[in-house]
Amino acid sequence: MVAIENLQLNAQGKLQHFLSIEGLQQELLTEILDTAESFAGITAQHVKKVPLLRGKTIVNLFFENSTRTRATFELAATRLSADILSMNIATSATSKGESLLDTIRNLEAMQVDMFVVRHALSGAAHFIAQHTAPHISVINAGDGQHEHPTQAMLDMFTIRRVKQQFIGLRVAIVGDILHSRVARSQIHALNILGAEEVRVIAPKTLLPVDVESFGVSVYHDLAAGLKNVDVIIMLRLQKERMSSALLPSESEYFKCFGLSADKLNIANKDAIVMHPGPINRGVEIESAVADGPQSVILQQVSNGIAVRMAVMSMAMQSHAGAQ
Amino acid sequence: MMRIEILNGRIIDPASQFDQQSSLYIAEGKIVSRGDAPDGFSADIQIDALGQIVCPGFVDLSTRLREPGATHKASIQSETRAAASAGYTSLCVPPDTKPVIDTAAVVELINDKAEQCAYANIYPIAALTQGLVGKELSSMYSLKQAGCIAVSHARHAIFDLLVLRRAMEYAATHDLLLIYCPQDHALSNQGCAHEGAMASQYGLPGIPAAAETIALLQCLELVEQTRCRVHFQGLSCARSVGLIAQAKTAGLPITADVVMHQLHLTDEDMLPYASEYHVQPPLRSVADRDALVQGVQAGTIDCICSDHQPHDIDAKLGAFPETEPGMATLETVLPLMLRLVAQGGLDLTQGIMRLSAAPAKALAIHAGQLAVGNNADVCVFDPKQSWQVSRSTWQSQGCNTPFWQDDMLGKVTHTIQAGKLIFKA
Repeated sequence: MVAIENLQLNAQGKLQHFLSIEGLQQELLTEILDTAESFAGITAQHVKKVPLLRGKTIVNLFFENSTRTRATFELAATRLSADILSMNIATSATSKGESLLDTIRNLEAMQVDMFVVRHALSGAAHFIAQHTAPHISVINAGDGQHEHPTQAMLDMFTIRRVKQQFIGLRVAIVGDILHSRVARSQIHALNILGAEEVRVIAPKTLLPVDVESFGVSVYHDLAAGLKNVDVIIMLRLQKERMSSALLPSESEYFKCFGLSADKLNIANKDAIVMHPGPINRGVEIESAVADGPQSVILQQVSNGIAVRMAVMSMAMQSHAGAQ
Repeated sequence: MMRIEILNGRIIDPASQFDQQSSLYIAEGKIVSRGDAPDGFSADIQIDALGQIVCPGFVDLSTRLREPGATHKASIQSETRAAASAGYTSLCVPPDTKPVIDTAAVVELINDKAEQCAYANIYPIAALTQGLVGKELSSMYSLKQAGCIAVSHARHAIFDLLVLRRAMEYAATHDLLLIYCPQDHALSNQGCAHEGAMASQYGLPGIPAAAETIALLQCLELVEQTRCRVHFQGLSCARSVGLIAQAKTAGLPITADVVMHQLHLTDEDMLPYASEYHVQPPLRSVADRDALVQGVQAGTIDCICSDHQPHDIDAKLGAFPETEPGMATLETVLPLMLRLVAQGGLDLTQGIMRLSAAPAKALAIHAGQLAVGNNADVCVFDPKQSWQVSRSTWQSQGCNTPFWQDDMLGKVTHTIQAGKLIFKA
């Protein structure tokens, strides 16, 4: 397979766009995590702002609805002192027939510096990065079923904070792998960072063809898949998919693949429970587990700001370096 | 009408198993001699074909001319000219024009424009159902009288097998060939890439091989029942080759084609999200590609088709799934055939036959051979001429090819259609 072209890095090997985890080096992922660590301290301060991106304009281009991703990108940009413009494109220009490229061209003409893009189609952020002006960075905030790299990096940040390292870790990702851009990015990140084993646990209807080629072990039985794991990542199950012959019912899904306290006991005692949100309680995860001592779900949300600050500042600095 | 002599070329006429250095003489639109000049023959045009191949003009089973309905993409003028430059003398136009080819008026419009352009011969293919909606049968008899030699549903869905059965029965009543692109639209599920590791990796909705093979099997069952002549178009899967072989062994009245780029490209060749590679059916696996090549070699797959689909820039500018499928292909077919020969996938005679005699036979038209008395549809090409695919020499209005900057070997120097020189390099 042709590797995704190295559109993301500038001539000096610095992160110019952040479109996917696939193809990146371990050193770069570690640099993102280390940079995020430094920003995590800032977000805990009384004045939660640094002037790193003062005078820069960041545009949140959300072609799909989102609450927490959009909010954390906005907060991250604000804490870097950037000006941020958030646009809900679904109800804007494209609904009047404007093409994606024309939308981008018009915003470019407003002298912006960065696009944060969420789009329902795989490859949309890649397409924008290919066609946008060279001084603009593009951050993929989720494209179709492809990748959601900043979500994966905040997950890695959360794991590293608890587990200290990735070597020797066994990680289980449970649920709708087929439609999950988060899962694809997580799998790449975990493999690059040296996790011992990445497992995917799902019914066959929710697994991509040739998923083994991602470098994962496949389980269709939750109990078997949770044995000896250190990290459990539950995925959101889009309820609308229930009616498209992928799953029979919420109750049956929970019975087979929902994380209950009993099932959690099968994993290692110090296993952590993660979820990218929003949670469907009683469908993917039992409330006692979601709110329990092993859950780091809210830490993931907090960490999202620091990680997005790291990615934004690194991408913007790559232009400074190039100049 | 011009008298033409083509001297000292290597004449390859697969239909008559003729392959030797010789000369060809053309008068009144027909081939009047192969070998020696007829008594008193004086040529208006002399072509020195020493070192070149002289073969039947190519016959294409699917060429989108984009007219009527999409002249911002291409026109009959631009695409028939491109076809002539690529050695084509006969083109089948699928019915998915706008308006659809489901009335005699549309057929006449296309034929009139094609006649004015005076390049390749055009065969409009009639819609199988009215408006290609898949519900009411088209007026096949009237469309046949207007000049359609076959019926097709292009890549539009027929959700109701009973409609397909009735359409096949009615087509058989009027001895019309059905050109059928097998694809189960429910299984395709709005996919845009081969369902495999590449699609999974890049999050592209996949089209499984079963979407093709199940539709193929259903249609084969109906061929058995209706005895309708069917040409299966644009096969892409290894298993399809086996199914066609079995059906032929069972004596069903079928033929099949594969699109030239399916014999070269696989999903592994796709650059990430590069819309030039977005085609229907999708580029399949290496194993599929190899089986298709073997199928062509063995004759299980009778013909190689261009499936030429010129697009405007905007159609290919966007995120991969939202771009329009299809490549502009006419001008790369001959060099890709020669590349296949060089790779050992075919011998040259087979390659020429799959582009000329075999599609003519499938369509039951008098074309695709160089016997004395036949229409003088001739392609002369230099198999050793190297060239690079570039916009400066590209004839089609559609610039959607993944082969830009590729070095190709083999270039058409002359194309003659019904005794008229329609292209000279």
